[in-house]
Amino acid sequence: MNVLKLIYKNFLRHKLRSLLTMLGIAIAVLAFGLLRTVVTSWSYGVEASSANRLITRHAVSFIFPLPYSYRSQIEAVPGVTKVSFANWFQGTFKDQSFENFFPRVAVDPETIFDVYTEYTVPQEQLANFKKQRNSCIVGKKLVEKYGFKIGDIINVTGDIYPGEWEFVVAGVYAGKDKSADETQLFFQWEYLNERSRQVASWATDHVGWYIIQIGNMNEAPAVSEAVDAIFANSAAKTKTETEKAFQQSFVSLSGAIITSLELVSYVIIGIILMVLANTIIMSARERIREYAVLKTLGFTSFHIVGLIAGESLFISMIGGVVGLLLTFPVCQGFGAQFSTLFPVFKVAVSTMVMALSFAVLVGVVAAIFPAYRSARMTIVDGLRQIG
Amino acid sequence: MATLVEVKNVTKVYHRDTLEIPVLQNISLEVPEGEFLALMGPSGSGKTTLLNLISGIDQPTSGAIVIAGTDISRLNESALAKWRSRNIGFVFQFYNLLPVLTAFENVELPLLLTNLTKKERKERVEMVLKVVGLDDRMEHYPKQLSGGQQQRVAIARAVVTDPTVLIGDEPTGDLDRKSAEEILTLLERLNKEFKKTIIMVTHDPHAAQSARIIRHLDKGELTAN
Repeated sequence: MNVLKLIYKNFLRHKLRSLLTMLGIAIAVLAFGLLRTVVTSWSYGVEASSANRLITRHAVSFIFPLPYSYRSQIEAVPGVTKVSFANWFQGTFKDQSFENFFPRVAVDPETIFDVYTEYTVPQEQLANFKKQRNSCIVGKKLVEKYGFKIGDIINVTGDIYPGEWEFVVAGVYAGKDKSADETQLFFQWEYLNERSRQVASWATDHVGWYIIQIGNMNEAPAVSEAVDAIFANSAAKTKTETEKAFQQSFVSLSGAIITSLELVSYVIIGIILMVLANTIIMSARERIREYAVLKTLGFTSFHIVGLIAGESLFISMIGGVVGLLLTFPVCQGFGAQFSTLFPVFKVAVSTMVMALSFAVLVGVVAAIFPAYRSARMTIVDGLRQIG
Repeated sequence: MATLVEVKNVTKVYHRDTLEIPVLQNISLEVPEGEFLALMGPSGSGKTTLLNLISGIDQPTSGAIVIAGTDISRLNESALAKWRSRNIGFVFQFYNLLPVLTAFENVELPLLLTNLTKKERKERVEMVLKVVGLDDRMEHYPKQLSGGQQQRVAIARAVVTDPTVLIGDEPTGDLDRKSAEEILTLLERLNKEFKKTIIMVTHDPHAAQSARIIRHLDKGELTAN
């Protein structure tokens, strides 16, 4: 026998109470992990951004388009190696539920996959995409979700650009690594531009934003400044920033939601701390007399603290590990259900570390008060306790 | 025989809020090595308090307690805990075994504070459980044992470290007559056969007859035999 065995036997003394507390911790860690994964996945685009890409948008707001004519002037800026462009299309596929939401973007077929090197498309499919005006390239995850095949027609009802739109699947792109967003539909900007003459004339010959590839990431500030300087006196002034900053501005739009989620995740940890503390306090109170007996035998206050903290940590750590193990399949299921909303839904290493750290912290903090009280208790007072 | 336990002018006063409650007043007592002393007295006479002071689980308000040459009233808490683990074997009235541990594990508990190997601990525990006649109940939990058997386990736990003094606080107080006799016989055997110095508190005159010396406490003072 050793002290660890005594801790284990004490844990089993009230099996139901210990198991329920452990289960509570596991659920709390699971909830924490899920919420944290939502938070980290929300800003996945920021993490996945390339340092060699800049985004030029309208200086007032992203919703205002920029003239297509800017393209050649941007291409002439020293340091720029390639320029592409895109328009947010939106529209409705099937219905307006979150489940059927995925980004639909009008792009330049000639350059889009040159600047987004993290996506790969078979050469033949890319060639077909470039040839056919109303064709599109869809992400691998969309294929997995909707079963799209080459040649299929995807019907989308336009809103920003009214009307019924048909896109013929010409190819499927895939990410080179797991952080790539494989939930987008790219179609030809020319197709959009052509039809916008009838349905949205304000958007004709305009693009939503430019994607600028630069040769040296250290030149990003200089190139940004140079691009914006060109259009400083034009009607549509520009704002050029790194792709990361551009993505960050989207995330910050939902900053309140993210902050709330983060807050809730910490509140959950706080609640479970109270639950565990209550369990440990009850256990320690019931064993006051036993601790006094142990002290009589020669065990020190340090040993008593070790027994109480050990049991608390045992419960919190097992609960934490179980909760973390459950987090993976739950996040996988959640990610699959909302794959188009969260293109990448992975439990981050930081989330795992935080979850386990909180489990340890909760175990330690919950034991402080009962351990302190038991350590301070005199043997005589402890032996007087009944029960 | 040399004096093993010396209680010198000990006074103990408890404080409850603003109240001062004197429990022991200027007590002096000497117990020779190898003796079996019974402390008798009515409830509230201070006998358990005196026992607690001798066993180092409480400290006197004034005076000194010297056991085997060590003045334990001068030791701090951790030193006192270490001293207890080596010098005191304590038998409680209500056995105070840990319910989650088997008889073997309960007896092994004090040995966890020693440097003995697992094998040595096992040998020692088996030996003392055999001495108290429970070598066939080693894997039983306290709730699977009778009161008398539990007290025998408690005695085994108290002597397993071969302490200087064996302290008993009403060790037969919770037992029926037959079980009490068995415990007293065991204590007498430990005293005579194994030369253990025993100090036992009891209010039972019959139990006190097992001791070779009987002292009476009344209202915090030792009275003549």
